[in-house]
Amino acid sequence: MQTAETNEAGLIARILAGEKELFHELIRPYERKVYLTLFSIVKNESDAEDGAQEAIISAYRHLASFRGDAKFSTWLTTIAINEGRKRLRKAKGAAEDSIEEETEGHEGDYTPAPLTDWREIPLEALERKEIRGALQVAVAELPDIYRQVFTLRDMEELNIEETAQALGINPGVVKVRLHRARMMLQKRLVPFLKTTAPARRGFFGRAL
Amino acid sequence: MKLDCKHVWEHISEYIDKTVDAQLRKDIELHLEHCEICSAILDSTRNILILTADDRTFELPVGYRERLHNRLAKELESSGRGSDEE
Repeated sequence: MQTAETNEAGLIARILAGEKELFHELIRPYERKVYLTLFSIVKNESDAEDGAQEAIISAYRHLASFRGDAKFSTWLTTIAINEGRKRLRKAKGAAEDSIEEETEGHEGDYTPAPLTDWREIPLEALERKEIRGALQVAVAELPDIYRQVFTLRDMEELNIEETAQALGINPGVVKVRLHRARMMLQKRLVPFLKTTAPARRGFFGRAL
Repeated sequence: MKLDCKHVWEHISEYIDKTVDAQLRKDIELHLEHCEICSAILDSTRNILILTADDRTFELPVGYRERLHNRLAKELESSGRGSDEE
């Protein structure tokens, strides 16, 4: 039996040996990740799509330099992040690179919003389109450093180590940013859910 | 150790990711048993993560895959192993 990774290593070896058409197959499981990674950086659909194409073509051209000491998915994500940052710098008129300098503020409210009625919200509520829309907006509005960590970890489901490796930051920083991102989203979405859920009595007399 | 709510909130993310140590995990669970507010915060955060990982929430542009593979096909074609393919 083959695992996904040995299968992948086999595909890579064959592509490098000349069966280049297999690259379509190699990349298929990651098309979504690459797009979402780009989108988390450039925040624009068409730019994210162009960037995703460039990143994937770049991965093809540099496939021989993939050493297998990282997972292929992490290697590819790193290429996607670099492509996104390159586009961002270009868009900012090649000014100094402010992306790396952005750090966590010392102050900030990262406490969740209390609520008591979430469990009364029927599961179907989560199926509603409006909630998906609200989540999209809330994620788009997260500060960049939080959105990027959240995208890699919770949307693309990389683990903490892989996220740290792809972004070039340490795992402790990933954990802090992830926690803050999740709490900011929780806070943003709670009022929305309250207003779309059927009216209920008694959350401590709070408005909303 | 008895935890207050604020202490629990600080560790919610790690609790969800199962990266808190065994003792803290036990303390958090003890707190959750009788704290509706923290239980609801935990549930709501988990629900957001479920929704986030759902492919329908963050959709790809229509035609993205097709355009990608068309572009890739052109790249593969033009990257022949040499002129012997011409």
